Amino acid sequence: MSEVNVMEVPILKQGQYLIVSIQSALTDADFLRLRDNLAEQAGRYRTRGVIIDITALDVMDSFACRTLRSIAHILRLRGAETIIVGIQPDVAFAMVQLGLTLGDVTTALDLDEGLAILRQKIKGDRTNGV
Amino acid sequence: MVSDIIISIVSEADIVAARQKGRALGAQLGFSSSDQTVIATAISEVARNIVIYARQGEIILKTVLQNNRNGIEIIARDRGPGIPDIARALQDGYSTSKSLGLGLPGAKRMMDEFDIVSKVGKGTTITMKKWVK
Repeated sequence: MSEVNVMEVPILKQGQYLIVSIQSALTDADFLRLRDNLAEQAGRYRTRGVIIDITALDVMDSFACRTLRSIAHILRLRGAETIIVGIQPDVAFAMVQLGLTLGDVTTALDLDEGLAILRQKIKGDRTNGV
Repeated sequence: MVSDIIISIVSEADIVAARQKGRALGAQLGFSSSDQTVIATAISEVARNIVIYARQGEIILKTVLQNNRNGIEIIARDRGPGIPDIARALQDGYSTSKSLGLGLPGAKRMMDEFDIVSKVGKGTTITMKKWVK
């Protein structure tokens, strides 16, 4: 029987944003738990934007890709924009070879860039001030 | 001399272990970091196939040598239900689970050599190789 590893991915709340920093390789179950936690917290904190930093992910396979896409779609339905940041060059290369895309999910180079995009997006669709 | 590495796949946590061992062996053999990532990703796909369709099986990692070139051989073996239509399983976007259907065709694209032997009711063995450039 293999060990059941529970990898809790930290979700930081910063104003109207949630920032998720993936620190190590995640199992499929870890990814699904992250999805569920984000869907719940985005509602609880009335989040407008979520950044998922995957700089530390050394492999993006079809499952991880599909789950990140569904996270972004779920969060959009919950009223938050998701930006994936930190895809490493080697990971991007392997994703292209495998045929993976993140579809309509916004990506950015790093956390700073991601935050800048979020500020712009949220300013753009809100006219009543924040 | 590196001996074979056998990783038994019984749960999805083993998928991560298998690809990490594949990356480590790839690094040892002199693959570029980009090729190490490609190898780890291909292992992730075939290992997940084992978990999804056969529930258990094993991944064997070997060092191979041909014409003075080092390579890695990855064997994914299970005694699961087998694949009735291999040609279809190798088509992009075809899946009998809820996946994207990119796993096997993707792994095939990523590796230099790729071979599947499958018998319905008996199991599946995927053998793939990649050579150091």
